[in-house]
Amino acid sequence: MNKFSVKTVVAIGIGAALFFVLGRFVAIPSGIPNTNISLQYAVLGLFSAIYGPIAGALIGFIGHTLIDLSWGGSPWWSWVIASAVVGLVAGLPSKKFGLAEGNFAGKKVIAFAIVNAIANAVAWIVIAPVLDIVIYAEPANKVFAQGAFAAVSNSITAIIVGGLLLLAYSKTIAKSGSLKEED
Amino acid sequence: MCIAGPSGSGKSTIAHCINGLIPEFFQGKAEGEFTLCGKDARTLDVFEISKLVGSVLQDTDGQFVALTVGEDIAFAMENDCVEQEEMRQRVKDAADLVGMGAFLEMAPHELSGGQKQRVSMAGVLVDDVRILLFDEPLANLDPAAGKQTIELIEKIRKQTNTTVIIIEHRLEEVLWRNVDRIILVDNKEIVADMNPAKLLSENILKERGIREPLYITALKYAGVEVTEDMHPEHPSALILDEGNIEKVRKWFESVSVKAPAPKGEPVLSVKNMDFSYNETFRAVKDINFDIYPGEMVSIVGRNGAGKSTTAKLICGFETQDSGMITLNGRDISDDNIRLRAQRIGYVMQNPNAMISKTMIFDEVALGISKLGLSQEEIQERVNKALIVCGLYPFRNWPISALSFGQKKRVTIASVLVMGPEIIILDEPTAGQDFKHYTEIMEFLRELNDAGVTIIMVTHDMHLMLEYTSRALVFNRGELVADTTPAEVLCNPELVEQAALKETSLFSLSNKCGIENPVDFVNRFIDYDRRVRS
Amino acid sequence: MSAKTVLNYIPKKSVIHELTGTTKLAFFLLFTFASMLTYDTRVLVVLMVISFSAFFLSKIKFKEVRGIFLFLLIFLLLNNFFVFLFDPGHGSDLYGTEHILFYITKRLVVTQEQLFYMVNLTMKYFVALPVAILFISATDPSEFAASLNGIGVSYKIGYAVAIALRYIPDIQRDYQAISQAQQARGIELGKNERLWNRLKNSINILLPLVLSCLSRIDTVSNAMSLRGFGKNKKRSWYVKRKYTSKDFAAIAFGILILIFSLVVTFHDGNRFYNPFV
Repeated sequence: MNKFSVKTVVAIGIGAALFFVLGRFVAIPSGIPNTNISLQYAVLGLFSAIYGPIAGALIGFIGHTLIDLSWGGSPWWSWVIASAVVGLVAGLPSKKFGLAEGNFAGKKVIAFAIVNAIANAVAWIVIAPVLDIVIYAEPANKVFAQGAFAAVSNSITAIIVGGLLLLAYSKTIAKSGSLKEED
Repeated sequence: MCIAGPSGSGKSTIAHCINGLIPEFFQGKAEGEFTLCGKDARTLDVFEISKLVGSVLQDTDGQFVALTVGEDIAFAMENDCVEQEEMRQRVKDAADLVGMGAFLEMAPHELSGGQKQRVSMAGVLVDDVRILLFDEPLANLDPAAGKQTIELIEKIRKQTNTTVIIIEHRLEEVLWRNVDRIILVDNKEIVADMNPAKLLSENILKERGIREPLYITALKYAGVEVTEDMHPEHPSALILDEGNIEKVRKWFESVSVKAPAPKGEPVLSVKNMDFSYNETFRAVKDINFDIYPGEMVSIVGRNGAGKSTTAKLICGFETQDSGMITLNGRDISDDNIRLRAQRIGYVMQNPNAMISKTMIFDEVALGISKLGLSQEEIQERVNKALIVCGLYPFRNWPISALSFGQKKRVTIASVLVMGPEIIILDEPTAGQDFKHYTEIMEFLRELNDAGVTIIMVTHDMHLMLEYTSRALVFNRGELVADTTPAEVLCNPELVEQAALKETSLFSLSNKCGIENPVDFVNRFIDYDRRVRS
Repeated sequence: MSAKTVLNYIPKKSVIHELTGTTKLAFFLLFTFASMLTYDTRVLVVLMVISFSAFFLSKIKFKEVRGIFLFLLIFLLLNNFFVFLFDPGHGSDLYGTEHILFYITKRLVVTQEQLFYMVNLTMKYFVALPVAILFISATDPSEFAASLNGIGVSYKIGYAVAIALRYIPDIQRDYQAISQAQQARGIELGKNERLWNRLKNSINILLPLVLSCLSRIDTVSNAMSLRGFGKNKKRSWYVKRKYTSKDFAAIAFGILILIFSLVVTFHDGNRFYNPFV
C-alpha cells in the first residue's frame, strides 16, 4: 500500500470528504418515509471509475466510517464494509474506462451502469446481510429485505445520477477538437 | 526579483520548471540548460529540488493540507522523518519569523487568506531553501493583506538571505518594497530584464498588457518625461522637480469631470437590517442603504465584515432577523430565493461553481426552463442574452472549451436571461490579469449602460475606483461609509477599516501640493477612461 | 463547521484525554471486536460496566453528548421493531425453546426468548457506544492519522483520513454555495419536485461540486509533492505523543478484555448464553 501515488492519497481523502458531506448533510427524500436517496453512492461510482478499485474501496470505507462516527456511535461495520465493497467492485474496470487519461467514450457509460448495479447488488444483498447475520445474529429475512431495498435504491442512484454525472464529466475532459464560431 | 507578464505568457510554466513540477507532473519536451545552485536541474527530482526551492502557491487553501497551523508548518519535516523535538523547535522558529507563533493550534477555517499564506511561507522556510518562489501571492488577498505580504517577503529575504522570485502581474503592489529586477514575459518570450526604475521609464508595460502603477500613468498624462534617475519605482522615492510639479498641476486644472447623473427613486432599499448566523456572533447589524436605478456600486470591506452576508440577504439565500428589503417600493422579505432571482441576479466569484451543464445554450436556458415558457420564447430569450454577452457565435460549444473570462460571461448570461433589474456580482475579476479584467469590466459597463443596476462585492480597489460611482464600506458587520470611491481611498481611516491600500495617486497629489486629492483622483480616473476607450 | 466539530471533539484534562490517540484507537477497536464477537449476556454486562466507567473517567458530561444518545436510542428502537416484525420467532430459533408471553396477532407472538435476544442485540451495540463516544470526543482529530499509522496502517492511508477531515468543511461550504446559486435558478431537491426530477436536479449541483473536488485533488497533490510527501517509507508526526505506562496498561487491558470475552463466550462451543435450558 506504500506504492500509492500522492494523487491517489489525495483522491482518497477528498473523495471520502465528499462522500461524507453528501451522506451526512444532503437529504433528498426518496418518497418512502424516513428514507433518503444516498447521493454519495453516485459519487463513489464516479471516483472509483476514475481512481480505481483500491481508492474506491478506501473512499467508501473511510467516508462511511466518518459518517457513522460523526453521528456519535460506533460504526455499523457490516455496512461500512459493504460501502467499501461498492467502491472496490465499481472501480475494477477503471483501467478500461481510461477516465484518468481523458479518453472516455460515451458508450462505456453502459458498462459503468452494469458494474455499478453489480457492485451494489454484491454489497447490499450479499456482504451487508451476511455480516449482519454473522456479527449481530439478526433474522435473515429482515437483513435481506433491508439489503434488497438498499441495493435497489443505491443502484438506481448510482446508475442514473452517477451515469449522468459521468457523461457530463467525460464531456468536460474531452478534447475540444475543431470548433467553429457561428453567425 | 519579479517575473511579470499577462495570463498565458508563459510565466507559470517558468515557475513550474523552477520548482520541479515540470517534468514531474506536467509532461513536455525540454531543451536548453537549467542550473540550480550549480547543479544541472534536469538531473534532480522534484524532492531534491524542493530542498532548494520553496514554493508558495496561489491557492492558500490548497497548500494548507494539515488540520492545524503547527502541523502544516511541520509537514515537510514529517516527510523527512525529522525527530519530534527538533521539529517543534523549527516550527516555532519559522512561525515566529512570519508572525504566526501565537496561532499554532488554529485550524485553517479560523484564519484569513493572508494568515494562511504566512503559514505556507513558514512551511517552506523550515527547510533552509535557497530560493523562495511565490506564484501570484497577491491574487487572493485584500490590498491591506497584500501590502503586509510584500513587507513580510522583504523581511524574510533580509533575515535569511534567500533569493526571492515573485510571479505577479500586479506591479504597483509588488513594488511596495524594493525589487532588484523585473523580468517581463510575453508570448512565451522574455521581453525585458531590467531594474524597475528603467522598466517604468519606458512604455513597454502598457504594450504588453500589464497595468502601469497609477502614479506613473498620471505623470505620463501630465506630459512628464519619466526617467530612471527620478526613482519612479516607488511613489515616496519619486523625485519631481519644480517644472514637473507644475506640469502635473496644470494637467489637473485642465481636466474636467462629468457631473453625476440624477438619482430618481431607489430601486432597492435596505432598512434596519440585522442578521446573525448563531447566537454569539452578529453578522450584520442595522444596515441601511438605497440603490438607485442604473447605478454601479461596490461593496468593500475586509473578510467577515458582512459584505457577502448582505449580498446573500438581498438574494434571499439567508433571511434577515429584522429589518426590511424593498424592491421598487415593495417589501420582498417574504419572497423565496427563486422569486427574488427573477428580479435580482447573483453571480458567484468562481464561474466553475455555477456552471452545471456541459453546453452553453443549456446552461443559459436552465433558469427559465421551469417557467412554463414556449420553446420559441426560451430560444429567443437565450439568444438575446447570448448576443448581449458576446457568446452567440459560440452557442453550440461545450463550456469546457471556453476561457475563464468567457465562462464568467456564461454565468452572467444565465442570470441576465431571467431579465433581472439588479445583478450582484461577487469579486467579478478575482485572479484576472489586466487584459481580462478590462474585458470583463468593460462588458459590465456596457450592461450597466443598457440599464441594468450592478452591485459588486470586491477587494479590488482599481475596480472600485475605475468602474463604480459609489462605495459601501463595511466594517465588523456595520455599514461605516457610503460615499465615492475616491473619497474612500483618500481617507486613511476608511482605507484601514476596509482593508484597502491608500492609492498612489493620493501620494502623488500630495507631492504636487494639490489641495483636493479626491478631486485629483476623480479627474485622473475620468481622463484615463476616455484615453483607454 | 471545523474538523473538530465534524467529530464532536471535546478537549478536557482527564486520564482518557492523556492517553495517546493510538492507544484510544487500539482500545476502541479491541473493545468493539469483543462486543461484536460475543453474544454472551454475562460478558456483555461486564463490558458495559467497563465502558461506562471509562466514560465517567473522561469527565465528559452526559449532557454534552445527550443528542447522540437520543439519536442512537431511536435508531435501536426502530431496529428492534423491524427485527420483531420480520421474525418474531428468531429468539426461539436461536435458543431452542419457546416460552410464550402473549399474542399481538396470530403471527406476532411475544416470547421470553425473543425479548431476551433483542435485549442482547441492543446491549451488543450499546456497550460499544460509550467507548466510541470517548474515542471521538477525547481524541484530537489531528492525532487520527498518526494513530492509524501507530496501529500499523500505512501512513499514506492515515494521511488520506487527515485530508478527508481537513477538507470536509471546505466541501460543505462549496456545496452550500452551489446549491444556493442553483436554487436561485429554480433547481430544487425537496418534496416539491417529482422523484425523477430530484435525481436529475441533483446533477446540477453535483457536477460543479465534483469538478471543484477534482481540481482540488490536483492542487493539493502538487502542494504535497512540493513538500516531499511520499518520498520515504516512513514519516514522523508532529502531533504524536510519547507512550507512557498508562498507555501500555490500557492496551494490555484491552487485549485482556478481548481474550476474556472470547474465552467466556466460546468455552462451551456456543456463542450464546442460554438461560432457558
